[in-house]
Parts: sequence; structure tokens; C-alpha cells
Amino acid sequence: MSTETAPATTESVETEHDHHPPHLQHHFVSSEQQFDSAKLGMWLFLITEILLFSALFVAYAVYRNWNPMAFAEASSTLDWVLGSVNTIVLLTSSLTVALSIHFIQKNDKQKTVISLLSTLVLAGGFLVIKYFEYMAKFEHGIYPGEAFAPTGSGYEYLAAIPYVPQFFSIYFVMTGIHGVHVVIGMGLIGWMAWRAHRGDFSDEWYTPVELTGLYWHIVDIIWIFLFPLLYLV
Amino acid sequence: MEAAAHAASQTDAEPRTYLNHETSLWEWLTTKDHKKIGIMYLISLAVVFLVAGLLAMAVRLELMSPDFSIMSASQYNQTFTMHGIMMVFLFIVPSIPAILGNFVLPLQIGAKDVAFPRLNLASWYVYIAGGALTVTALLVGELSTGWTFYTPYSSQQGTAVIFMTGAIFVSGFASIFTGLNFIVTIHKMRAPGMTWNRLPLFVWGLYATSIVQVLATPVVGITMLLLILEQTLQIGIFDPALGGDPILFQHFFWFYSHPAVYIMILPAFGILSELIATFSRQRIFGYRAIALSSVAIAMLGFLVWGHHMFVSGQSAISSIVFSLITYLIGIPSGIKIFNWIATMYKGSVWLQTPMLYALSFLFLFTIGGLTGIMVGVLGVDVHLHDTYFVVGHFHYVMMGGSVIALLGGMHYWWPKITGRMYNETLGKIAAGLVFVGFNVTFFTQLVLGSQGMPRRYYEYVDRFAELHMISTIGSFILASGLFLVLGYALHSLFYGKKAPQNPWAAATLEWTNVAAIPDPHNFTSTPLVTRGPYDFHKADEVFGGSGDGQARGDGAGSDASRLAPPEAAPSAPKEDASA
Repeated sequence: MSTETAPATTESVETEHDHHPPHLQHHFVSSEQQFDSAKLGMWLFLITEILLFSALFVAYAVYRNWNPMAFAEASSTLDWVLGSVNTIVLLTSSLTVALSIHFIQKNDKQKTVISLLSTLVLAGGFLVIKYFEYMAKFEHGIYPGEAFAPTGSGYEYLAAIPYVPQFFSIYFVMTGIHGVHVVIGMGLIGWMAWRAHRGDFSDEWYTPVELTGLYWHIVDIIWIFLFPLLYLV
Repeated sequence: MEAAAHAASQTDAEPRTYLNHETSLWEWLTTKDHKKIGIMYLISLAVVFLVAGLLAMAVRLELMSPDFSIMSASQYNQTFTMHGIMMVFLFIVPSIPAILGNFVLPLQIGAKDVAFPRLNLASWYVYIAGGALTVTALLVGELSTGWTFYTPYSSQQGTAVIFMTGAIFVSGFASIFTGLNFIVTIHKMRAPGMTWNRLPLFVWGLYATSIVQVLATPVVGITMLLLILEQTLQIGIFDPALGGDPILFQHFFWFYSHPAVYIMILPAFGILSELIATFSRQRIFGYRAIALSSVAIAMLGFLVWGHHMFVSGQSAISSIVFSLITYLIGIPSGIKIFNWIATMYKGSVWLQTPMLYALSFLFLFTIGGLTGIMVGVLGVDVHLHDTYFVVGHFHYVMMGGSVIALLGGMHYWWPKITGRMYNETLGKIAAGLVFVGFNVTFFTQLVLGSQGMPRRYYEYVDRFAELHMISTIGSFILASGLFLVLGYALHSLFYGKKAPQNPWAAATLEWTNVAAIPDPHNFTSTPLVTRGPYDFHKADEVFGGSGDGQARGDGAGSDASRLAPPEAAPSAPKEDASA
């Protein structure tokens, strides 16, 4: 490491400092450096998200491996139609959030806001459907953990099968944590829509929109794995 | 020229430094300066270390002799539990990265700050929130699970466990934020010419650490969350009474907690490389081997968690495989030890306090590492499991490794952090006390363990009395050494000699290109890196010599000073001239 200071480098750094774009934070040399850093940081964060869910997937795999019959019985009570609809809803929302990045790259503010708002509506739709699914289970006494006491036709027989409660515990915990991520994502997307409407973003700088998009895709991808494991297998 | 401009902008003649710039409490609490955040972490962690250390003293006092007692059995359980939890989760895991990593990393790679300064500040607040939850846990009930929270005991305990596991969940995010920040900083923020092969080895150590932090911490996060749900909703994942599997908890817990010991030790390796190279005046031997062995340890560290569970009832095959992979960790660790020793060979070793800690580390970590191989051997571990041998091994690695390296690093970077020198004589005495006290405390525990003394016991049979007494006396020597460090550190803050820019004649950027007390923006001009971090033979500006252009040679550099003993005055910063 050195002690030399190259005069040329210094000069160029200084000149950039004189008229740097408003979004550029002082400790970065260029917008590219700032954008690359933000994106790398986001990818690392997404890795932590996957690892957060990984323990749940492991728990699922372990209990399913030990009690395949209980899991098959319990899984059959989930409504695969609603699950499929939700999958389509989330996939569409991933498309719209990707479109919003496409539009901001073209500097089309209005279409950016519209795509972000459609993403918001679709995410809301996902939660509404999820709410009805949860309620349908709660009505029949299907709660996570201790409160598990199935009642009503089509459910009563579950009480006799050991390890069915484990399936529903895992189901509620996984979809619950996923749901929390959806809510956080809705907050972010709403905020992005507001900022885009305010005119914060342009084709020169749209890092937050891009990062929100990445986050929303991971929420989507996790659901892509949850859906077949919980509803179909 | 810039320096002059900065100086002129100050009302008094003192140059602008990060310490006299934006000094109000509010400005500290909202600072995005990595150096100030490092200091905020330093103060918070020092408090945790003090409290957890006093708890350890209480444990040792209780165990001093079979008939002597200062607390009830239940208080004893709570004391060692809190000692373990605070030391592991709230002290050692964040310690080196959050204090020294934060302060030194951007300086060493020639950056103005870490990549995400706001996230960096957020990590400190998240950490404090974790600390607040810990205090809450103490207030609401008794916590006696040990630091490992094994189910089913932990899932049947009261609300204290909920708050404590919540605290670990929350403070885990502080760890993730720091790791994520460092990885991006190292990838994207290096100064021109700072290639991967010119990174100081402390940076490599932090890089490997950060990978582990990012990959392992989320798993303990979700495990703690599941444990909380187990307590509140009885979801039946871990508690056998509800159909759950306690072994699954152990798998999840150690999947984090084994890599976590590498979170604790890898940055310590990094510090060691800096200390040994600087105080031996020698290019580090096997730079790449040291750098890549850190990454190798980080990766292998994910494949050995099962060696904590040899007697848990996991399958014999997996025990054998985990045992074999555990041996493999010895290879990269051994590579490091040999490289450090080879670096000292024929070097000009300068026995200042940081170097004394580095030598202590070599000695203590080797014992810690070798006992680690011993407990990694399947057959031996069945005998030694849950004895004081494991306690001794763990402390040799964590305290003898990580904490000793932290102490060495704190002494080494103290002049840069505070702008003051500590008292060298007292420093050496303290280093001696710590070394002797540590060995007396923990070597006896290795012996105790091999004789069958189980860990976490409140009472013990008479035949262990003598060794327990020796161990307790050792802990007092150790504590006196640490309090001596605290004492002269505080003293030096106010009365210490003003530090020069580069008191150790080191060749990394934080010494060569940064003022005695760093500027708020670290560098007055972006450095251009033209040589490796330990190329002392090319470091004309450190040992005099002509240098070229804007080299910061002090002008007194004759050829004689190039071969001068380490005391040779290193270059003075330009700022001093204008002051």
C-alpha cells in the first residue's frame, strides 16, 4: 500500500466532487460504484432471506420424511385452487414490478407509477385470498400448535392422525413469515410509487426501484417453493 | 495544500480530526462516520465485557472450594447462563468486526467510509435494542438454560427465555448488517491500485468473517423465532412432549453456532497477521496461504456442526463424517500458525505490547486448537463431552484466541483511534498478568475435565478442590491484568503522550496515509496503492528514503534510517507542520 498519491487521480476525484449528481453520496467516487454497491448489498441480503427460510424447509423435509402419511392427509385439506390462483397473482405482480423498472429506465414516470400500483393491488389480492384460506382453517379448529382441535366434516378425522399438527404448524409458520414479507414488500412498493410520483427517479437513478423489485422477486420465488411443497406434494 | 485548507477552516490552529469535528452528543448518535460508530461499539462492548467478566468472576468465586458459597444453585445457573450469553452473542461475535473492523477496514483499503454508512449506524442501534431486550429478560424472570438454549428445557422455561431469544434474534441483524456492509465495502470501495493481493490480511480476515456472518446468522435467527413460537403457541417442532424433535433444535443451533466460533476467531487471525508482520519488520510469509486459509476455514466451518452432538443420538455415520471434517479444519489453522512463525524467523522482532499479545495468541491458540482436535475425535469426545475439558478448550480458543487478539489489536490501533500513546511499561505488565492468569485459570480446567469434572455443576467432590482453587486464583490474576488495561487506557485518554502518525512504523494505509488522528473523511487525497501491505523494503516513506512526488517522508530519511531500529521516527504527517 502506498503512500504515493497520484496527482492525476486526485484531481479527477476532486472535479467529480464539484458537480456530482444529487443522489451520489460523498463516499462514493461515481454513480456506477454506488449502484453496484447497492445491488451487491441487496443480493447479499436476499441470500440471508433464503437462509432464513432454509431452516423452515429443513424442518418441513424432516417431518415429512418421518410422517409422509400424516403430511399427505393434512396437505389434502389445503385448497389447491386458491393456492394456484395466488401463485398466478404473485407471478403477475413480479411481471408488473419488472415492468416498473423497465419504464423508469425509459423515463416514463406515469407508467412506472401505474405498474407499481398494480403490483401493490396484486399483492393486496394475494393477502386477501390468504386471509380467506386461513379463516377457512380456523373455522374448523385448525390452529398452529396447542390450539389445534379439528372440528367439522372433512377435518375431524385429522385429530386421530399423529403429526398432523406439525404439518399445520409448519404451514402456518412458513406462510405466516412469507406473509410478513409480503406486507413489508407492499410498504416498500407503495413508498416507491409515491417517490416515483414525486419525481425522485429517472433513467439516471432508479436504484431503490430496482432493489425493491429484487426483493419482490425473492418473495415470489419463496412462494413458488412453498406452494407445491405445502399444497401439491 | 488541502491539509492547509482544512487547517485554515478551523478557528484554532489544530488540524481537523474526526474527534474534534461534530462533537455534540446528538452528532455522535446520528453519525455516519465509520470511525465514530466503531467507538460507539467499543464503549457498548466494553460495558458488556465488564459485566459478563464480573459474572465469570462470580462463578469462579462460587467454585473456589466445595464448602464456600456466595450464591444459591439457581443463582449459579443464572450467572453462568448470562456469562455465556453475553460473552458469546453480545461481546465476542460483534467484538473485532464491529470495533476494529469498523474503524480500520475503510482506512486500510483507502475508502472514505464503508459502503452503507446508514446501515452501519443502524447496526449499532439494532445491537443496542438487543442489549435492551437482554436487560428485559433479566428483569422479567430467571434464565438458566445455559447459552445453548437446548430444548426441551428451554421451551418449558418462562418468559425470560422469550426475551433472551428475541434479543439474540435482534442482535443477529446487527451482525448481518455489519457482515453485508463489509463484503460490499471490500468488493467495491478499494482505492485505486488496491488489488485483492494487496489487501492487508486483517481485511481478508474480515472478509471471511463477513461471509460466515451473512450465511450463518439468519439460521440462528429463524431458530430463535421457532423457539419463541414453541413457547408461545406450542407449535411442536422442538419439544418432544408435543411431538417435536429436540435434536433438530441442536442441529439448527449448531449450524449457526459452530460457524459463529469462526466469526469470533477469523478476524483475530487477521489482527495477528498485522501484528506479526509489523513487529517483525518482515514481509508476511505465505500471504496467499494465510488469506485463502481464512476463506477455507469459513467454508469448512459450515460442515462440522455435528461434532457438538456426538452423544446426542445422531447417527454413527454422521458422527464419523463430522469428526473427519473437523480434523480438516486443523490444516488451514496450522498453515496460519506456521506462516506466522516463519514470518518472525530472521525478522527484527520488536517486543512492544501488541507483539506480546500476538505471541500469547500463538501459544494459547495452539493449545486451544490442539485440544479442539482432541475433542473432535469421536472416541475421545464421548469421554470428554460436557466436562471442564471442553470449557478449557473453548476458553483457550475464544478468550486465548479472540480476546487476546482483540487486546493486541486495541493496543496496536489505540494511537490511531485516540491519538494518544498508552503506557508501554504498564502495557507489558498487563500482558504478562493476562497471559499467566489465563493459563493458570484454564489449563487447570483442562486437567479438571480430563479427570471427569462435569461442566455447569454447582457442587463438586473434594478431590477436585485443589485444582478449582488454583483456577479461581488464576482468574483473579487474569482480572487484575484486565483491570490494569482498563486503568491505563482511561489514563492515556487524558494524560497519554500524543501519538505520532505512525508509531509502529507499519506499512499499511491507515498508518502511512492517514493523519495521527484521522480526518473525518479519512484521507486528504485518495491514495494510489503501488505495493503490498507488508512490503517494508518498498516503504521508503516509513523508513525515510527519498520517495517521490508527494511521499510523506519526513525529509530526515538517510540510508541509515532505512536500516534503523524500529524506534526510528516514522514520517510526520504534513498536517503537523501546519499546526
